[in-house]
Amino acid sequence: MNPNYLDFEQPIAELQAKIEELRLVGNDSKININDEIGKLQEKSKKLTESIFRDLTAWQVSQLSRHPQRPYTLDYLDSVFSDFDELHGDRHFADDAAIVGGVARLDGKPVMVIGHQKGRDVHEKVRRNFGMPRPEGYRKACRLMEMAERFKMPVLTFIDTPGAYPGIDAEERGQSEAIAYNLAVMSRLKTPIIATVVGEGGSGGALAIGVCDELAMLQYSTYAVISPEGCASILWKSAEKASDAAHAMGITAERLKELGFVDTLIEEPLGGAHRHPYDTAERVKESLLASLERLESMDTDELLERRYQRLMSYGSPT
Amino acid sequence: MSWLDKIVPSIGRIQRNDRRTSVPDGLWRKCPKCDAVLYLPELEKHHNVCPKCDHHLRLTARKRLDWFFDAEGREELASDLQPVDRLKFRDSKKYKDRLTAAQRATGENDALLAMRGTLDGLPVVAVSFEFAFMGGSMGAVVGEKFVRAATLALEENIPLVCFSASGGARMQEALFSLMQMAKTSAALEKLKQAGVPYISVLTDPVYGGVSASLAMLGDLNVAEPYALIGFAGPRVIEQTVREQLPEGFQRSEFLLEHGVVDMIVHRQEMRERLGCVLRKLTHQPLQGEADTLEEEPLVEDEVLLDDELRDAER
Repeated sequence: MNPNYLDFEQPIAELQAKIEELRLVGNDSKININDEIGKLQEKSKKLTESIFRDLTAWQVSQLSRHPQRPYTLDYLDSVFSDFDELHGDRHFADDAAIVGGVARLDGKPVMVIGHQKGRDVHEKVRRNFGMPRPEGYRKACRLMEMAERFKMPVLTFIDTPGAYPGIDAEERGQSEAIAYNLAVMSRLKTPIIATVVGEGGSGGALAIGVCDELAMLQYSTYAVISPEGCASILWKSAEKASDAAHAMGITAERLKELGFVDTLIEEPLGGAHRHPYDTAERVKESLLASLERLESMDTDELLERRYQRLMSYGSPT
Repeated sequence: MSWLDKIVPSIGRIQRNDRRTSVPDGLWRKCPKCDAVLYLPELEKHHNVCPKCDHHLRLTARKRLDWFFDAEGREELASDLQPVDRLKFRDSKKYKDRLTAAQRATGENDALLAMRGTLDGLPVVAVSFEFAFMGGSMGAVVGEKFVRAATLALEENIPLVCFSASGGARMQEALFSLMQMAKTSAALEKLKQAGVPYISVLTDPVYGGVSASLAMLGDLNVAEPYALIGFAGPRVIEQTVREQLPEGFQRSEFLLEHGVVDMIVHRQEMRERLGCVLRKLTHQPLQGEADTLEEEPLVEDEVLLDDELRDAER
């Protein structure tokens, strides 16, 4: 079993392995097998299309956590230029689970803030699997207020299993740190655009997710609790995660129907992790379009619109 | 059987029963902290504070506001709001059925009660969570009611008080529920900008989405003694860090020590203490006194608080 492919992607992995094998043979011998490889690649494409046509909410949830999916720093590399990372909350520490700083988007200065997971074991631990502690949220808040002062839009990238549930996090006021961000973001005098690029894990995601426009990658999720968590509480068994994922409607597509999402960014065939640069192009396009819409408004109009947007959530019609 | 035998086993039996928690429904309740069996009418007279060990038992939202406000001139707010099952959510039971059962059990429409009235003559808007209604979880109705109460406080420039008791967000309303965190926080930020006082009173227990939004945003965060308050529940933390949690972890006293709450106030003192603070924040004279503020009664208050704290530590 290929660890770079999820369970339901295994048939694609097998086909890809065959293609690789043929390529190796092709290099060695003089037989022309390009035709054969071409055929297999066509087959692989068809297979991928058919598997990705009808993904369940649980499969999307697994894709959103794919270990090869692009993370915030990857987007900072591919979508933005001239990035200066800024560190620390000025009170306690620098939390590596949230990264942020000033960068340029098509030449224009912007503040970018996002959750960051790690790639190898060492980095995963250092970044705490993308689960921020209070100092992470306080750093994010500091950067947002800085963006307000220097009239830069705030672009956030959401990808976290949730805020870290640890003893130290509780001691330093995890709840307060999140709540404070929610309050500050509701009145920040600069456009805020949030893009969910992986997992949108509950309050830990929302703490950098209050926004004027919300975009979601096609195979990203956004939920009040993880499917496993929900299943173990309501179904009394984490095995029912797939039922919970479906019931909560956590996928970008479902959330667009429900009116939470402004832009659904379609991913290339096979998901963002198979074609990261193509994905980055689409993310950039979405950000530029949102910015153009928001920057035509004056600040009062922007804030009133944001407030009404927040008030509309679940209000009786 | 001698007369002695007849008496001795029966005494033994009573003691055994006592320990086995089989307290008959209706008239008796057991204190979860000291295990004392308490006579309900007596307990209610003490606002559900155990007369033996001073433990603060849970209080229904209606009883709490009933006791908090002056008897005259109160009005319930947004009482007509009914929860909606937007997602047709279904786990082992239908969300709709859970709602009906909770409504029947509590007599409330949803997990938040909102009222306006006066506190010793001072106009106040107050909301209170009903923990017995699906764990006081915050869904769209809770958020909407909270915002309406906050908006009223803002428009009329009168203080807002919230008594929270909640397990967090309501999973059955999924993202609608999560967004109530942002919605309520945004409404509170308006109060803050306008200088309208908001006091958040945390009562046992406050967790998750409620803790990480409206409950932590008070100009004052006040806690009842020995209440459990935190972001993540103790079981989740234990499973994550795989170590035993320290004694008193996430209790009010722990939060006071870590700078999260301003004060711990005994339920019996709550009305008076909140009244005193609110009168200062709104520049009103001390209750019952037309003259300027006098120091003496305040000093007395502080002595009382010290006593409570000592009691709580015990």
